[in-house]
Amino acid sequence: MVTLLLSAGAAEASPETFASLLFVFLLATFIGLGVITRVSRLLHTPLMSLTNAISAIAVVASIVIAGRDHPPVIHLLGAVALAASMTNIVSGFLITDRMLKMFRKPGEEKRP
Amino acid sequence: MTFWLIEGAYLVASALFVMALYWMNDPKTARRGVGAGVVAMVVAVAGTLFNPGIVHWGWIAGAVAVGFLLGVPLSWVPLTAVPQRTAVSHAFGGLAAGLVGAAEFYLWQGEPESFTAFRTFALVAEVILGFLTFTGSLMAAGKLQEVRWIPQRPVTYPFQNLGNIGLLLLAVGCGLALVWKPIELAYLFPVIVVLALAFGILLIIPIGGADMPTVISLLNSYAGLSAVAMGFVLDNKLLVIAGALDGSSGLILSVIMCRAMNRSFTNVLFGAFGQVQARSGPAEARTAKKETPEGAAQLLEMASQVVIVPGYGMAVAQAQQRVRELYDELTKRRIEVKFAIHPVAGRMPGHMNVLLAEADIPYDKLVEMDDINPEMPQTDVVLVVGANDVVNPAARHDKTSPIFGMPIIDADKARMCLAIKRSMNPGFAGIENELYFADHTYMLFGDAKAVVGDLVKQLAGGSGMH
Repeated sequence: MVTLLLSAGAAEASPETFASLLFVFLLATFIGLGVITRVSRLLHTPLMSLTNAISAIAVVASIVIAGRDHPPVIHLLGAVALAASMTNIVSGFLITDRMLKMFRKPGEEKRP
Repeated sequence: MTFWLIEGAYLVASALFVMALYWMNDPKTARRGVGAGVVAMVVAVAGTLFNPGIVHWGWIAGAVAVGFLLGVPLSWVPLTAVPQRTAVSHAFGGLAAGLVGAAEFYLWQGEPESFTAFRTFALVAEVILGFLTFTGSLMAAGKLQEVRWIPQRPVTYPFQNLGNIGLLLLAVGCGLALVWKPIELAYLFPVIVVLALAFGILLIIPIGGADMPTVISLLNSYAGLSAVAMGFVLDNKLLVIAGALDGSSGLILSVIMCRAMNRSFTNVLFGAFGQVQARSGPAEARTAKKETPEGAAQLLEMASQVVIVPGYGMAVAQAQQRVRELYDELTKRRIEVKFAIHPVAGRMPGHMNVLLAEADIPYDKLVEMDDINPEMPQTDVVLVVGANDVVNPAARHDKTSPIFGMPIIDADKARMCLAIKRSMNPGFAGIENELYFADHTYMLFGDAKAVVGDLVKQLAGGSGMH
């Protein structure tokens, strides 16, 4: 079976898989709430650009759609999605780091 | 073997994403968080490339190159434009989710057994959330960027909310029909896409500039949820986890923004705030006291604790650098200087902190509203630079004021208050500020950059005569 993981064959998309994903979603949301409430308010702007880059993990789905053997229209959809996610990844991480570099304690030299 | 290679990569990436956000709890470790995020992303992408079905490397390489070409310049925007950039990236996230959903839908047409009720339901959710986030975020970015043909002021018309909710219900209805008969009713899919795109635009039209911090956070949450829905469609746990982290982050930030303005979600989304308030309040001819830069500089020099309250007006006047010089002059005289940061100062959560950090002001001097307020009675001078509604005492006691109940920085409780303002015109929300007429408030009229510059000059010149 070539269709590994992503769109992992229709037969496996059973209610059980769906239920286990719901559990993953629930736990990840609780972890998210717990971790994010601890984030310093100083850093809420970089936080948003970082989570932005992280949620661009949708890139893995676009890669599979753009790279598999499909009709050209589907390729195009996948490629645009891939370019959009990639833009978010690149600009998200770069600008987060750029902002974080600016936060300095007194007496601390500006970091390169 | 390949299975574990890919799943293992996703497992590592999930852990690193959580750690990345965990390290954001302190500015000292925050950059490590970015590093963890980058590593996680590389691992996840590398793992995905082992997927045996991938044959068209040209498409992938081309799209990745476009992503770099767009992404690198987007990270160079000035910090005042970061809210727009963030909105644009929410739009891209939504677009990606919507397009992946559309691609899956049409692929499944050839393999009807893929359409289980659960997956089709998740797919519809992904597409609706994705496309409404796309247009909604573009509208928000346009409003923030002050694009000419997008109205800044909220636009309202009769039956607006009813119409919008009807539109959304229609899209959901079509979606449920698709769950029922995904092949026969496939023509409904483009209808759903169009409805979602239209809903995104109409959702943002009635929302004014003052509410943009909340709206951006909310759209952040939607973008995350669309990634979660994508994870459900593709049975991919990494997508579900990363999306849930993004979604919960957006949710928390929206709640913080709403609380900071004493508003509810429904009120932000359906309340059309920021309209010119036609208040027929008592038009008593109160006069504010004026102070010159010379006098103000002397007042500052005699203080032992000074609190500066910055607002977005400071960034508009590009006065951050001057404020920093003022901070230096005062600190040189062993005067304790702190900055009071209201949660909605700026145009997105935490925006003011970034703007001041850029001006090289140490972050331990940036104090949150709840921490600075108890110190206000011991503060000798409060200097308000470009802030207005967030220091208006009317929020505490005037039940008729539109900002009543909003938590404020207690600038009026300090021994003395200096407020820099261009003129006595009321602020953005059209509300008169009581603070300016208080007994111990002195106004410094003029452009924030010029006035703070004058203060610095006075202090720098004065110190030479000692």
